[in-house]
Amino acid sequence: MKNTLVIAWKETRTYFVSPMAYIVMAVYAALAAYYFVTSISGVLPEATIRGYILPTTFIFTLLSPIITMRLLAEEQKLGTLELLMTSPVRDYEIVMGKFLASMTSLISLLVPTAYLAIVLVWFASPDMGPMLSGYLGIIFFGMATLSVGLFASSLSGNQIVAAVVAMGILLLLSIIDLATSYVGSIFTEIFLQISITTHLESFARGVIDTHDMVFYLIFTTFMLFLTVRSLESRRWR
Amino acid sequence: MQDTPTTPMIEVDNLTKYYGDFPAVENLSFTVNKGEILGFLGPNAAGKTTTMRVLTGFMPPTSGSVKIAGFDVVDQSLEVRRHIGYLPETVPLYTEMNVTEYLDFMGQLRGMDKQWRRRRISDVIGICRLEEYRSSFIGKLSKGFRQRVGIAQAILHEPEVLIMDEPTIGIDPIQVVETRNLIKGFGGEHTVILSTHILPEVSMVCERVIIIHEGQVVAIDRPDNLAERLRGTERIEVDIRGPAAQVMSALRDIPGVQEVTRTDREDVGIYNIETTSGADLREQISNLVHERGWGLLRLQPIQMSLEEIFLRLTVTEPGTV
Repeated sequence: MKNTLVIAWKETRTYFVSPMAYIVMAVYAALAAYYFVTSISGVLPEATIRGYILPTTFIFTLLSPIITMRLLAEEQKLGTLELLMTSPVRDYEIVMGKFLASMTSLISLLVPTAYLAIVLVWFASPDMGPMLSGYLGIIFFGMATLSVGLFASSLSGNQIVAAVVAMGILLLLSIIDLATSYVGSIFTEIFLQISITTHLESFARGVIDTHDMVFYLIFTTFMLFLTVRSLESRRWR
Repeated sequence: MQDTPTTPMIEVDNLTKYYGDFPAVENLSFTVNKGEILGFLGPNAAGKTTTMRVLTGFMPPTSGSVKIAGFDVVDQSLEVRRHIGYLPETVPLYTEMNVTEYLDFMGQLRGMDKQWRRRRISDVIGICRLEEYRSSFIGKLSKGFRQRVGIAQAILHEPEVLIMDEPTIGIDPIQVVETRNLIKGFGGEHTVILSTHILPEVSMVCERVIIIHEGQVVAIDRPDNLAERLRGTERIEVDIRGPAAQVMSALRDIPGVQEVTRTDREDVGIYNIETTSGADLREQISNLVHERGWGLLRLQPIQMSLEEIFLRLTVTEPGTV
């Protein structure tokens, strides 16, 4: 656990001293604000933050891989992975440390958007439940996307490859529910269930469904398990 | 644990490592005692890096066993990793950190507490002479200083065993000398294994040498003994004016001559004669030439340099030593 925190702290520091942190933050803040403004500017505006919660799925599909791409790929490229793997640290501690750091980065993206929520509370009387559950949903969703990104980053020493692979997997998993109308019976249900976006909808409506939380947790655990395995396989190659 | 000078710190027994079907190291066995500096010598792709990676627990061996400070590298990998300091071939540095931050991070990973880290960081910065660079970003340091930072991290946690893969590669000559002296100073306290393909380095730094070629040990000995033993075959170069075929066969007939090769230079042949150990055949050769009425133009005993020994061991006759 201590090793995990040491690695997480180091990665977090590295992330926040790089310009990347602020660029990603600014991009997300701008996009969220745009979605928010358009969603509350209609004829019958609704005082919710759903306007930017749902599009966040798509934005995170692109931004999460950017956050995670360097985490393991760079270690492989610099040769520092050899150093980590010959230090008295277990492989899963390395992966968990990196994952925690990426969670911190992701949550930092949400901080500027609190401004939007504050504006809403100031000028309207929104229902607080859906706001909180919306944020909770984004965090769960973000967790899943980061785990895919981290896995992709473990595959090679190339950050671009890591980002592209992760975006590919995430896009496929986000739109797989579109295919339900073309496949029969059992597959319809499977496709709906493994789509990472469908599980966010109830959060956005204000429903915290354990079934959705469990989905994201299992999905993330599974991807992190694959990442540990992928790291381990470097020892045997 | 008893810290007598003969405590074995590294015990390698029949280590074999395959990459797929390719044997990188085969049946390697050796022991290194506490405080010893062992040189690992071999051409590129001889299996040096592979062996070191197995020793550090980065890769498991295909078969055989390796014990570091009494711990098995496979079953007690974490314990082993606590006892070693490792400098891989490509110095592993986080370029966006400064020297002190980097060392502090490495110290934390090795479970050193705050006081110990603070004390050791200032120690190793002194030992590796990095005082002026303690808050420089590693990315901005030159190759030689990066190497020193690499060494600093390897010795930070006062490991009993130090494993260094080509520690002097790619740095300028003055720094090479400094680095060698630094490593030499680690002997006695640390047990050191270093790999290199530079021969003089071995005789300067190491107390014992393992010559490895195509994954197999060709020789293990002290550098001076090695030279002595290989000088076992001595060479004499003579220039003789005379009929080539006859001269060749006559020279071969002298007892003690192992091999004769000839390089032509018009009517004078340059003969390269290898003799068995200790046999001084200069007189016999000059007598022979005199008896047959040929002309002896030059006669010169030749000593083998370490380079030649190395080449002979690894190229011409692997397995005969």
